[in-house]
Amino acid sequence: MSEQPSLFDILGPIMIGPSSSHTAGASRIGYIARQLLDDVPVKAHITLYNSFAKTHKGHGTDRAIIGGILGYGPDDERIRQSFEQAKQERLEWDFSFVGDAVRFHSNTARVKLWGEKGHTVEVVGASLGGGRVKIQEIEGFTVDFNAQTHTLVIIADDVPGSIQHISGAIAEKGVNIANMFVSRTETKANMVIELDVAVPAEVIEKIQALAWVHFVRLVEPMLAGSSRYEK
Amino acid sequence: MEFNLLSDVVEYCRREKKDMAAAMLDYEMRNKGVTRDAVYAGLKQILLVMEDSVEQGLTQMTITPSGMLNNWAKAVNNATVETLGPMLKKAVARAIAVGEVNACMGKIAAAPTAGSAGIMPAVLVTMMEEHRISREKILDGLLVSAVIGLIFARNSSFAGSEAGCMGETGSAAAMGAGTIVYLLGGTDDQILEAVGFALKASMGLVCDPVGGLVEEPCTTRNAVGVANAFVSAQMALAGIKSLIPADEVIFATKEVGDLMSPRLKESGQGGLANTKTGREIQKKVFKTLD
Repeated sequence: MSEQPSLFDILGPIMIGPSSSHTAGASRIGYIARQLLDDVPVKAHITLYNSFAKTHKGHGTDRAIIGGILGYGPDDERIRQSFEQAKQERLEWDFSFVGDAVRFHSNTARVKLWGEKGHTVEVVGASLGGGRVKIQEIEGFTVDFNAQTHTLVIIADDVPGSIQHISGAIAEKGVNIANMFVSRTETKANMVIELDVAVPAEVIEKIQALAWVHFVRLVEPMLAGSSRYEK
Repeated sequence: MEFNLLSDVVEYCRREKKDMAAAMLDYEMRNKGVTRDAVYAGLKQILLVMEDSVEQGLTQMTITPSGMLNNWAKAVNNATVETLGPMLKKAVARAIAVGEVNACMGKIAAAPTAGSAGIMPAVLVTMMEEHRISREKILDGLLVSAVIGLIFARNSSFAGSEAGCMGETGSAAAMGAGTIVYLLGGTDDQILEAVGFALKASMGLVCDPVGGLVEEPCTTRNAVGVANAFVSAQMALAGIKSLIPADEVIFATKEVGDLMSPRLKESGQGGLANTKTGREIQKKVFKTLD
């Protein structure tokens, strides 16, 4: 609503320790990856880069990411036991580590997920400190969003008029588009659309039904402790 | 609605005939479009987490995965020797308790950061226990701490990588100092003096954690930060002046942070992290972890 910091940017976030960047932010990257999967994860492959790779165990970065993939928020005390929980929920996972990757931010994770319905997704996110994150890559497309508002991620064939068609479907229901980013490969386009309010399910269904749309996912903002107000 | 300096906040209080807690409440309600009840509901959650983290650290086993911290809060709390009576001892134990809970992957409220999360809970629990301050009043104390943090963040930085530990335990001690003055009925000007004292004592403090973990020396620096807060508040409440106004002290922390070598700002390359023993611990810790 305003650029002025909130009281709860000073006091908060409420989080599982020890580190807002290496623990809280890491769990959020896992949580966002799960939302982008839109399925119950059965397998996860995670690559940790740079500082995440070097210090993950001391900071519980690995447990935090698995916790996020299981759907735990950064203030959920189950994060500490996330490996044990994952085994119970039949999630298989493995980690690999890349100590020096100059092209990535110092706290970066790549999360690839497989779901029980057959959905898959691959996400790269960076943890910026204070529990804030930036999603940088989805399914190979370069993106840039912080998941602090309702965010719609769409991958479609790059057909003429596709962007107008999709933005029209959203505007039709009176949902205001706050920001929109488009990135392209030769044949496909990725759209990241940030919205002021939640988008009705029928809009998502309508977009999903389009023959030239391959991937539609909604990332909802996280209410981490009291660090945000419900809108 | 904007506050750039602590003196702006004091001026607002004078004009509106309000205290600093009410000024921060106005700021939050107006800028975020939320009700008074929503703000206090959030503050209550923060206070509950703070109290729980103190309680956990004083009652549960707290051995960190690295082994660097090992039930220190309980050791201090149960100590038979008291350098300055039971109050200081308990306040110190409370700050260490939160540090240990944080390092053991427990739940804490960053205030303003996770690495400095022990100071405000120790200050507030101590004010409730030793001065019988009501919970309602403590929530107003949190508002005062937040307005101090807000101005600090605006003109300096909470990030260890930018302002060193001065930005973390230093700012938390300043928030705590001002809060104590407020809760004991001090004036707005006295709150600012306490902020000035606390930050002057933290000036130039480096961020040099061993192995890059939020344990050594972070946890004991939180304990010293609590003492700093009470000492600074004591001086301010007695009416002595910081001479350098709090806002100017904050500007100085920014200058000092900028002048500090990057090696001394959360890089693991300088200070305690770079001592012979620090390096040995780091090697040992990461060997056992991997």
